[in-house]
Order: sequence, then structure tokens, then C-alpha cells
Amino acid sequence: MIKFLIKGLFRDKSRSRLPIIVVSIGVMLTVLMNAYVRGFMGDTIEVNSKFTNGHLKVMSRAYAEEANQIPNDLALTEVSSLLTELRAEYPEVEWAPRIQFGGLVDVPDVNGETRSQGPAIGMGVDLLSENSKEIERLNLTNSIVRGSMIAKQGEVLLSEEFSQKLGINPGEVVTLIGSSMFGSMTMYNFTVSGTVRFGAEVIDRGAIITDIEDARLALDMNDAASEILGFLKTDFYDDERVVKLVTEMNEKYADSSDEFAPVFKSLSQQGAMGQYVALVNVWSIYIPMVFVFAMSLVLWNAGLLGGLRRYGEVGIRIAMGEEKGHVYRTMIYESIFIGIAGSIFGTAFGLFFAWLIQTYGIDISGMMEGASMMLPSVIRARITPADFYIGFFPGLMSTVIGTMLSGVGIYKRQTARLFKELES
Amino acid sequence: MKKIPILILIIIAFSGKSQPSADEILDRVDKNMSSENRIFESSMTIHGKRGNRTMTSRTYSVGDKQSFTEYLSPAREQGTKMLKLENQLWIYSPSTDRTIQISGHMLRQSVMGSDLSYEDMMEDRKLTDVYTAVVVGEETVDERNTYVLKLTAKVEDVAYFTRKVWIDTERYIPLKEELFAKSGQLLKRTMLSGVEKIEGRWFPTKMVFKDMLKQGEGTEFEITSVKFNQKIPEHIFSKAALKK
Repeated sequence: MIKFLIKGLFRDKSRSRLPIIVVSIGVMLTVLMNAYVRGFMGDTIEVNSKFTNGHLKVMSRAYAEEANQIPNDLALTEVSSLLTELRAEYPEVEWAPRIQFGGLVDVPDVNGETRSQGPAIGMGVDLLSENSKEIERLNLTNSIVRGSMIAKQGEVLLSEEFSQKLGINPGEVVTLIGSSMFGSMTMYNFTVSGTVRFGAEVIDRGAIITDIEDARLALDMNDAASEILGFLKTDFYDDERVVKLVTEMNEKYADSSDEFAPVFKSLSQQGAMGQYVALVNVWSIYIPMVFVFAMSLVLWNAGLLGGLRRYGEVGIRIAMGEEKGHVYRTMIYESIFIGIAGSIFGTAFGLFFAWLIQTYGIDISGMMEGASMMLPSVIRARITPADFYIGFFPGLMSTVIGTMLSGVGIYKRQTARLFKELES
Repeated sequence: MKKIPILILIIIAFSGKSQPSADEILDRVDKNMSSENRIFESSMTIHGKRGNRTMTSRTYSVGDKQSFTEYLSPAREQGTKMLKLENQLWIYSPSTDRTIQISGHMLRQSVMGSDLSYEDMMEDRKLTDVYTAVVVGEETVDERNTYVLKLTAKVEDVAYFTRKVWIDTERYIPLKEELFAKSGQLLKRTMLSGVEKIEGRWFPTKMVFKDMLKQGEGTEFEITSVKFNQKIPEHIFSKAALKK
């Protein structure tokens, strides 16, 4: 009978083509929206992780307690040996030492007197090592507005807005006035190699980026780092996996007697980002649910209409002596085939478009001017395992339920009145 | 009846050694601590959370208004110079060949990571001009009798609203000082010792400064040599001298 029904569906295009197209479109939108929402939220986490939080972060125990004050006097020391250990023990994580610092950027005039000055938020990043992925991670090459990337020691990148405020151009020298790891005032000269714009006002206001070795020299932080960021090689933050890793690492490295012992924190365990990750976890369930529900209503309606459209056909079949229950069952079977076919096509198209957005992204940098939060300037979708089955809820279930409801009318048809109805 | 004349004698005997007023005490302290000019070499050991660091310096000063300090060691700080003229302070860094004026919030920064701030260094007004002083009692500090003076600010622009100073009753040298915020919170404590008679005046050669809001064991400051009323060339107190 199944073969017969499928053959019928193929031969009668009005019973298969349009319903399958409607179901496919609904399912495709569901899959695409789910991947898009997850991608956008995930990207916001990724942007913050790349700049400040990492997927996980290593700090000294004392530093972690006051991390928001960037207390470099409590920074991690003997970082090179710690990194060697971590790289050997956790090859699935990429480790990136960073130095965060604050200070004043002072621009001299021809006599060496202060021409202009402004407060800066600094970041010492491993930019000159051969295997470092930091330039790519921070998207520095694409963020350059004027000048060029840091090519050698003693060079620095300033945010474009900040450089304009200070009235400085690439090639000129600035002095960083900061505080050393031991609390004394330090001064260090840098040549501005270029200016950058990240699209987030928070950092564009007064950012200064330099190679970590220069930051070490400037701040008297020999073989030290404020923090070491860890990134999963999969590139996407997986909270469950990272929390598990962090627990294992803390058990291994925790030394309660030493306040400078390394302590490991997942992104979700770091202040405001922790709250955001929790929020994302809730949103990524509710937002697709709302969309699945909305699409279910549409497809349910389509199922209902499909059932009603075949009012005449059902009448003839009953008039010819076909049992009402049989008619009802075959219609449901047909809707199952339509639902499955539509869901498969819809999921395939949805995944294809989601893949396109995941790979190429949608550039929203033009909308980011004045943003005070660190948000991605390119939105990317993110395909998750759920995208492979989520479309079947509205695609299959709603179509079948719609047909079941509309089909109830079959039992109310009276054989005596069938021919009268057919005549009209 | 015989006891009454004895009691009168005791009262007369003690009344002869009457307590000086707070302002008199501070004046006598000034005479010990101030000089027309001085040249001294000192070492400063900062007891931080991660170990100790010692730096040496040579300072030239004229009164309280002009001073010039050159750091002699360690290598990282060698050649760093500081010039104070009235209420202005410049710092010269040889590695950058830059002279920067320290002003505004930078004055609150620590000097070389010590428990002293640049603001502490800039304070050159006479205590009696800025504070109203009263003697609040007598105590023993390091087995020496001291007058305890409480100083309350009578002007607005002071770093510390109140001070408590313990002054040696014989040598008129402060042996301990506590600096408080307007809220009453203790901000800094200084202990002075190693009092020596140098060129006819008592002078403390060791000081331990402790910033109570900072972790660590404080900063030890020791004057290794001091000469008063020397001839100091005028050009030392100029910005040009910083780059020499």
C-alpha cells in the first residue's frame, strides 16, 4: 500500500509538489534561524574570548581575586616553563600568554616635551613568534586602518580613534608611562607602526597593542604574564568540555599554600561573561523553540488546507465505497511522506544556507559605529547537531497533526448526501 | 601637717618641667629636621609580596622647596632623576630620554614601587601652616618617652586629613607617625629610628614606611650619609640637569 501511496503522490503533483515546497521552506527557515541565532550568540562569546577571556584563562590565585583591577604585581611568573608543561599536557588547547596593562601614552614634541597625552588600555600579545596565531585570532591584519602590522620589537599599534585624539601618525614615537610589576613608574618608547579599528568603542577609545616581549621590557615583567588564555582547537567554545578541563587542571596545579600558584577559570566562570554564557544557554533553547512553534502553526495550517482542498476527492472515494477509516489513514500516511520529504529537503537547504553564513558571514560593521559592547562585526551562523533534526518537529509533526485534524471531517460526511455535494 | 610642705615641694618641682605647647614641639622638631640645604645618600629597600628590592640614590635639597634625586642602582633605575621645584615635579628616564612632569592623579602613584607616593614627596608646607596641632598625651615608643600630637588639617588641599605624631620628649625627633583619611581610616604608618647627632642636631637615619592599603612589609629607607649646609650649585635645580 505504501508503494501505491508514494506512486500516487508522485503522479499527482498537486498532492505532492506544493505541500513539499511549503514544508521545505518552513523547515529550511527553522534550521537556518536556529543556526543563525546560535552563531550570533556564539560569536559574541568568541569575540570576548579572543580579546579578554579566552575559552579558559590561567592566572595566579592572587591575581584572579582582583582580576578586574589588572594587578600585574600579582602576575604569573616563570611563564615559559608553565607554557611548556601546559602545551605538553593539554595539546587540545592553544595557549596564548597576554599582558594587560593601563598607562598613559605621551607624545613628545621636537624638544621632548609633552605635546599630547591620553590614558590607554594596553595589551601585550605574542605577535612576533613564528607559530603564534594571535594576529589571526585578534583579526589584526584586517583591522589596520593606517600604517602596517608590527614587524619588529619596539613597535606598537594604536587604535585609530586614539591616534587621532593624540594627533599622531604611523612612524612617530610615543612614550608609554606605566607601572612596573613592582609598582614603580616606567617609561618606554615605542614607534607607532600602524593604527587599528576593531569596531567596539570599548577598545577603540584608547587601545595600545604591542608584542608581549616589549610589554615585558616596558613593565619589568621578565618571563611573566598577567594571564595565559587557552583556546580549544575546535575554535568554538564548548562550556561543558571546558569546565571539565578546568576542573581537572585545577586539581593538578592547585597549591593552597602558594597564592601565586596558577588557577584555571573557564569563560563561564569569569564575571560578566559567565552570566552571558548562562543567558546564551537559556536563549539558545527558547529562541529556536519559539521559532519552531511559529513554524509549526504555519505548517499545521498548510496540513489543514491540504486536507480541505481534497474535500471532493475524499467524497468520491467514500461514494465509491472506500471505508472512511481507510481514507483517513491513507491521508495521514501521505502527510507522513510529505512531512519526511519536506523535512529532508528543508533541512538540506537550511544546512546549506547556514553553512554559507557560517563560512562567509554577514558583515554588519557598518551598524557597529558607537557600540559600547564588544560585539562581532561579522555575524556567522553555527551548525550544531540539533540543526540536523530540529526541522522535523515542525516539518513532520505539524503536517501530520494538521492532516489528522482536517481529516476528522471525513467521518462526518454522509453517504446519502455525497452525490448531491458532488453535483454542486 | 608635715606632709603638706612636701606635697607643695613636689608640685613646684614638677611644675618647673611644664609641657611645651604643640606648636613649640613642632618648631623644635623643625629645627632638627630642617636645614638650609643638605646632600644625602640613601638606600631604599622595598619589601614587596614577591621579595625585596633595594635601590640607592643621592639627593640634593635646598630647604623644602627644591630637591634633586638621582638613582644610582639597580641597573634598571640607574640614571633616573627626579627634580622638585616648588609644587612641580619632573622625572627623567634615561632609557627613553624623556622628561615627564608628574601631575594630577600620577602624584598618587608609588615612588619606585615603594610605600611612598609622589604626593608624599611633594608635601613641603610647614606642618603648623597646614594643621592645627594639640598634644593628646605621652607614650613610650622604642623605650623612649614621646609626646603624642594630633594634627588636624585646617586647609582643604591636604593628602591626609589628620596625623598622629609621636615626638621624642628629649631629642625632639618624631619616632612614629600615622596618617589618616578624613573618614578616620589609617592610610600610612612611619617608624623612625637610628637617631644620631649629626653636625649638632638629632636626626633619624632609618625610616620604615608602610602603606596600610598595600600588601607587603613596607619600605625601609636608610640615610647612609648626610651633609648639611653644603654649597650646591644652582644649576642642579634645573630641568637641564636632568638630562646630564
